[in-house]
Amino acid sequence: MTSPTPLPAVSGEMPAEAPWRRLDRRMLAIRPVHQLLRAAVPLLVILFGARGNGQEWFALGGAAVVVAAGMAHWFTTRYRIGPTQVQLVTGLLRRRHLAVPLDRIRSVDVTATALHRLLGVAVVKVGTGRQERREGHELSLDAVSAEEAVRLRDELLHRRDVATGAPTPGAAASGAGAPGTPGAAAVPGAGAVPGAGAVPETVLARFDPRWLRYAPFTLSGLVTAGAVLGFLANFANDVRLDLGHAGPLRTAAEQVRSAPLALVAVAGAVVLLVVVSLLSVAGYLLAYWNFSLTRHPGGTLHVRRGLLTTRAVSLEERRLRGVEITEPLLLRVVAGARCGAIATGVGGGELLLPPAPRAEAHRVAAAVLGPPDPTGVPLRAHGRAARRRRYVRTFAGAVVVTAALVAAAAGGVLPGWPWRVALVLLLPGAAWLAADRYRSLGHSLSDGYLVGREGAVVRRTFALRRDGIIGWRLHRSFFQRRAGLVTVVATTAGGRTAYVVPDVPETLGIALADEAVPGLLRPFLEARPTPGG
Amino acid sequence: MTPPPAETPPDRMPPAVTLRPPRHLVSPRAIPYWTTRAAAGWLVLLVPALVVTLVVPGRPRWLPWALGAAALVAVVHVLVMPQWRYRVHRWEVTPDAVYTQSGWLDQERRIAPVSRIQTVDTERGPLEQLFRLAKVTVTTASAAGPLEIHGLDHTTALRMADELTATTQATPGDAT
Repeated sequence: MTSPTPLPAVSGEMPAEAPWRRLDRRMLAIRPVHQLLRAAVPLLVILFGARGNGQEWFALGGAAVVVAAGMAHWFTTRYRIGPTQVQLVTGLLRRRHLAVPLDRIRSVDVTATALHRLLGVAVVKVGTGRQERREGHELSLDAVSAEEAVRLRDELLHRRDVATGAPTPGAAASGAGAPGTPGAAAVPGAGAVPGAGAVPETVLARFDPRWLRYAPFTLSGLVTAGAVLGFLANFANDVRLDLGHAGPLRTAAEQVRSAPLALVAVAGAVVLLVVVSLLSVAGYLLAYWNFSLTRHPGGTLHVRRGLLTTRAVSLEERRLRGVEITEPLLLRVVAGARCGAIATGVGGGELLLPPAPRAEAHRVAAAVLGPPDPTGVPLRAHGRAARRRRYVRTFAGAVVVTAALVAAAAGGVLPGWPWRVALVLLLPGAAWLAADRYRSLGHSLSDGYLVGREGAVVRRTFALRRDGIIGWRLHRSFFQRRAGLVTVVATTAGGRTAYVVPDVPETLGIALADEAVPGLLRPFLEARPTPGG
Repeated sequence: MTPPPAETPPDRMPPAVTLRPPRHLVSPRAIPYWTTRAAAGWLVLLVPALVVTLVVPGRPRWLPWALGAAALVAVVHVLVMPQWRYRVHRWEVTPDAVYTQSGWLDQERRIAPVSRIQTVDTERGPLEQLFRLAKVTVTTASAAGPLEIHGLDHTTALRMADELTATTQATPGDAT
């Protein structure tokens, strides 16, 4: 490997001014190609749209500008890691100087597209925990060599003396193996994005091909299918391709038109189901192939995944505030679940486990938070008033829709069958949904965690560290006050920022908040006037 | 399927304590302030509708009735909401916590430990300046949990913001 190895980095007695480093030289080749791909559609449109009146030159000129800009990025970008901060200077026309204090770094992501991996480099993104994700305001090194990426991650996150660590066998192997066939990525740990570092990491979860059976139940295929169709239609439109006149398609369309309607509907549904399932599996493979969740003894969790584009996310454990297990209805039917981290500085939830068996999700939750699994504790139900509220709210929705359909039928806007269908399907559906929503509802207070669960269409179970709760919201609507219920919301600095325990009986809810964060509510509590009777 | 959670046996119910409302009411001038604001909002909606009803020919027959109903709702809202809200809106600051209560139909109590406070802002819109009122916003590291106290007397608001800022600065850590 002839990559320009930077000077020995951070050590005990750092010089005040660390040397500036450059991105990997291979970016001179990669970035222009990426930029060209990104600009491909407009360039192609110009090229195809040019009917021999010299507009081809615009396309070529545009491509030249794109290539030049891509190469300029390497010449204009420098970075260095000082004793207190990381600095990045970049930009040709607009120079930007970014500085991030080392103690504000909360995550380091290493991403590599297929092209990056082919040439053995990776993009390093430094997360500071600010919620703003404006383009250009995050510190991103696109790109450095794969070995340098590992070193940077260790340097930035664990702040340990990297110079003492010999080049790791894993990193060397990955560097050597990367330019080979893409198929080599099938071997665990052989991806260009670094495998295990010098320090042995504990594996908490690893990709299992049997998980693929959950892919069709994630609906991601539907999204992918939509995106693919949209892209194709857009492209066909751009290059002025009239699908109606393409020979095979036209014959197919004519055959469909002459077939009986029911047959077409059934066949269409089957085809759609198969296509969506296949796309889901493909999407799952692309996103989660080679997934692994490991724990670094330096106090970080590493998530690696991806078939073509690989991602390696590092998460400091001291930023971890809990986990959340998500079960969308379809996935729940086949006993599958996802697991995510609640961590400060990470909006949403950082993935800890892709759709997999529910037992596996609970096992990961236990492994991450330390056994016993807080999400597995028995939950306390919220009682009769909460159950009644589930039914009232669900049925109200069903009744309103049915009533609207009846009114429409009476007014002659719609035929008579829609409201009958609604009556037969919607009302029993509502009954089932309400029962299921109540079954899901519950909370518990274990040793270190507040645990809550709710939802039927998407059931979420969260376990939030009690010392991660930084405030309470106690919400009571008009009807909740009449029913004696309160929605208890714990706010925290990460994840979805508000974790909701809906419709708890009032006394129980206040006791819950009081017990979960001792002392906070105490000055505002008083003995309840003895209940009448 | 996960088995349904067990019902709470009545004998294991926690001791009968209740969360009392915060001690302090907001400024009484908040009532005319809320009234003015609500009335202005309704006027923006109703006046154009009235003009259309009177001027445009061939309007549907139900339009005046709808307008009348909306006007009735407006009057009730403008008369009832500020009074109701004044009784609900309360606040309290202790050395350890900030506690607010707000809303009218939907009510919410928010509690944040002083040790987790990140910023304290006071804000005065034009209408609030007219009534010598201010809004205090206390934020924590959670995007979901700002505590807002509307309709505070301006000097009270300033004093409170100063005190809170001083206590917050004395607390170490990044409050996450």
